[in-house]
Amino acid sequence: MGAQLRVYKRRIRSVTATKKITKAMEMIAASRIVKAQRQVAASTPYATELTRAVTAVATGSNTKHPLTTEAAAPARAAVLLLTSDRGLAGGYSSNAIKAADRLTERLRGEGKEVDTYIVGRKGVAYYSFRERKVADSWTGFTDSPSYANAKAVAAPLIEAVTKETAEGGVDELHIVYTEFVSMMTQNAVDNRMLPLSLEQAQEETAGKGEILPLFDFEPSAEDVLDALLPRYVESRVYNALLQAAASEHAARRRAMKSATDNAGELITSLTRLANAARQAEITQEISEIVGGSAALADANAGSDK
Amino acid sequence: MAAELHVELVAADRSVWSGEATLVVARTTSGDIGVMPGHQPLLGVLESGPVTIRTSEGGTVVAAVHGGFISFADDKLSLLAEIAELADEIDVQRAERALERAKAAADAASERRAEVRLRAVAGH
Repeated sequence: MGAQLRVYKRRIRSVTATKKITKAMEMIAASRIVKAQRQVAASTPYATELTRAVTAVATGSNTKHPLTTEAAAPARAAVLLLTSDRGLAGGYSSNAIKAADRLTERLRGEGKEVDTYIVGRKGVAYYSFRERKVADSWTGFTDSPSYANAKAVAAPLIEAVTKETAEGGVDELHIVYTEFVSMMTQNAVDNRMLPLSLEQAQEETAGKGEILPLFDFEPSAEDVLDALLPRYVESRVYNALLQAAASEHAARRRAMKSATDNAGELITSLTRLANAARQAEITQEISEIVGGSAALADANAGSDK
Repeated sequence: MAAELHVELVAADRSVWSGEATLVVARTTSGDIGVMPGHQPLLGVLESGPVTIRTSEGGTVVAAVHGGFISFADDKLSLLAEIAELADEIDVQRAERALERAKAAADAASERRAEVRLRAVAGH
């Protein structure tokens, strides 16, 4: 076998192995999307009921709560960024990071200090490489987040929001995550979680033109709101984590699908090249044999005389 | 048949139970509260405790609920809990072990959780 042909054969083997791996990853991701979507659906009743309850308290009572009223001059904002732990998911993490950068830029433009909280190894790596300050970070559960994870992430955020701004607390809470629209579409979005914008919350729940009744609060509107808001933040974080997980799997599936397709194309073109090389080799061998025998015949003809 | 109310018992990550009921008893921070059809709209904070649902078929459903909210309007009642388990889902031996462990470790919160679980099973 000629050297050229051997090189092609080796490359075909290695690309075939890579294709097997990407194909397996694609199928794993595809099966995980379904599971992640089911989790999103399972968490929806709790989230809707909770949002409805929060809206009911906030609109149905005249309570002024620090978490529902906007500060006169917001000086500091917290941004929670959700990225993935692992790569090979196309532009998934970098899109979320870019969205967070844009939001940070905008908030800085409005004269607010920004505290960044990060979920996922990719985001942490991006920020630490650029030596940017991160208030807190979590890794290791972006594949399949549990409610306990959401609680752990929400705890320092809630603490920061309830603290006075002068003591290092924040006035606003934003979350940047990748919204799962469909198998093919996932968008990096930023949402303001707190202070609660009532119009938005109302849109989410009372879309059917439902009028919220006058509730009787047990023990009191303030206490209910105090207890509700942390749960609300946790549930929103949980929902965002689940959507981000579904998006991550969808993005990975797509990235791996195109990698598999590309590997297939590469194998086809390499096979063509290898065939051409083999043909060339054969042609050369034939012409060598023909040339050799002609030379021998010439030599023999000369010696006969 | 008397009027009935629709109950949704949802935990953070799943819907635990839903159906029609005639009476729901839950423990709020200011004491036990019973809700029957036609009750005035209510929104309350729940304590860790057993919730008893008397279904319209005459059966009783008991669930251990750890923290959360009760909200009632238009004969629809929602119980939102971070963790909620029906009595038949609770593993008694595991809860007992958890109770002993919590007592040994003097962990008041998990001791309470285990006690609520066991009480929910006993009340069934």
